[in-house]
Amino acid sequence: MSILIIQILNSLFYASVLFLIAAGLSLIFGVMRIVNMAHGTFFAVGAFATAWLVARAVALGLPAGWTFLLIPVGAGAVALLGIVIEPLLRPFYRRAEEYQLLVTFGLLLILEDVIRVVWGGLPLSADPLMDALPIIRIGGLIYPAYNLVVIAVGAVAALLLWAGIYRTKFGVMLRATSQDRRMASALGLNVGLVYVSAFAIGCFMAGLGGAIVVPTQAAVLGMGIDALILAFVVVVIGGLGSLQGALVGALIVSFVRTAGIQFFPEIELAVLYLIAVVVLLVKPTGLFGSA
Amino acid sequence: MKADVSRISYRPKLALAAASALVLIVLALLPPFIGLYQTQLLTYGLIAAIAALGFNILLGYTGLLSFGHSAFFGIGAYSIAFLLRDAGIHSMELYILIGLPIAALASALFGYICVRHTRIFFGILTLALSQVLYSLALKLFWITGGTDGLRVPRPTLLAGTISFTGAGAFQRFIDAYYYYVLGVFAICVVVMWVIVHSPFGKALQAIRDNEIRAAFLGLRIHRFRWMSFLISGTFTGLAGILWAPLNGLTTPDVLYWPFSGEIVFTTLLGGFRNFTGPIVGGIVFTYLKTYAVATTEYWQLLLGVVLVLLVMLLPTGIVGAISAAAKKLGPNSP
Repeated sequence: MSILIIQILNSLFYASVLFLIAAGLSLIFGVMRIVNMAHGTFFAVGAFATAWLVARAVALGLPAGWTFLLIPVGAGAVALLGIVIEPLLRPFYRRAEEYQLLVTFGLLLILEDVIRVVWGGLPLSADPLMDALPIIRIGGLIYPAYNLVVIAVGAVAALLLWAGIYRTKFGVMLRATSQDRRMASALGLNVGLVYVSAFAIGCFMAGLGGAIVVPTQAAVLGMGIDALILAFVVVVIGGLGSLQGALVGALIVSFVRTAGIQFFPEIELAVLYLIAVVVLLVKPTGLFGSA
Repeated sequence: MKADVSRISYRPKLALAAASALVLIVLALLPPFIGLYQTQLLTYGLIAAIAALGFNILLGYTGLLSFGHSAFFGIGAYSIAFLLRDAGIHSMELYILIGLPIAALASALFGYICVRHTRIFFGILTLALSQVLYSLALKLFWITGGTDGLRVPRPTLLAGTISFTGAGAFQRFIDAYYYYVLGVFAICVVVMWVIVHSPFGKALQAIRDNEIRAAFLGLRIHRFRWMSFLISGTFTGLAGILWAPLNGLTTPDVLYWPFSGEIVFTTLLGGFRNFTGPIVGGIVFTYLKTYAVATTEYWQLLLGVVLVLLVMLLPTGIVGAISAAAKKLGPNSP
């Protein structure tokens, strides 16, 4: 029984991280209609930045409890990066999809190496955060309390994002731009500002995903490339551009993956991709997509 | 009037054949002058050109952007590694004869699934399917060798008449294999040229330019796209078959999706709106990547910058830019 609880917690932990990446990808597609292949790399930048900050802070003698504040700082750094990059992408919004994919693929190549230039090729870890929290007992088994924090962050992020998009004036502007950019612009909306904000929020989410996951696993080169494909699977299942879709997709992928690791470890990834293929064939817009 | 028409349609073909023959002769005469390493590099370039040539019938002529062509390249490479290990086959001709139908079968299967969609969904479908293969190659390590991959030693060429053992085998292999690949490459170019200039090729372009109009003309869109996918995957699979013995090893990297990105990059570099673009792209990309890797640790950065600049400044690729410049300079030249 307690093993089942732990597996469910593991799935939720994984879903929380995946949701953060996929929701950002979906948001950016929903507003700007570009599929950002560099999105997974933003996730990796968040992980590297946070791990580096934590190591600095601990070296300077900051108590471990305070290092938790560095998680939003790491995510914020990625959002800043997004704010710098979005205007550079603007000339491509009207180009054919092939070119958009290629430009973001180029961006991916560039950012992957920027990570190496800045932080070197070695893995970085942020263990102090994990160690700062106790290990709790569930039944007869032990479980790190930090993982529960990650689950909570994912849930809060989902809630805030939903409230931001459906319950605020900014959300209305965002949705208006997404539905009809020219009309929104004609009605006096600053479309450029909406674009930058949406891109920054998407990057912040990806960065936050990287920042909260890095204490449980080290930041390594190539983590963004792996993450992107799983985020693709999530948004394909849920529907590109849909927030609920990203949430449900992340849950489906994580539970299937946890079950896969338990029961069919060799084909666990293949099964995920096949689920994505089946969804694309049966309902190409995904479970919650409309476009 | 009639003579005029035939002359117009005949002359460019003749000029094209003469130019191609000239290029082929130059390529055939090159090895003694450029040395072993350059010959090997050029062989890689020709193989990349075959892959891109196949890729381009889908992107340039049918208007479908696949982000999963690593699958077919990988199937080609892995199928001959299996043939070697499990059937003990050492002959390059048998590799091609058995490997090609395998690649064609896989392309037919993938294509059947993928051509139901276009645009971004097509891209994601091809990506997802190719990653199914990648994850299997990675995880089923007792079959595929996992990340270590499988070794592919030098095969015999021309039905076993040329084999490579003993002293100087490597040099002899590179020299002979260059001509082998050049021969296959020439056949591929001719076959692809005939395909895209046939009524079938014209139909593909009609579908690319206006799907609805093509459907009203009675073209069976899905079937044409499927055929195009099949041809495309088979050519790229052939490139994988030729690549594995030259590389001596096949690893899951050739199935991973960034490799698909490289194939797209290659095609765009040369220019995907014309026939020769992917060929030029394949050779230029091979040199570009090799020298980028040799000169800097941060070669990905360099390639990324080149890719972004390419899309911004040179969207029609090298060949597109050259032919546009030629048109500007001489209004009478074709």
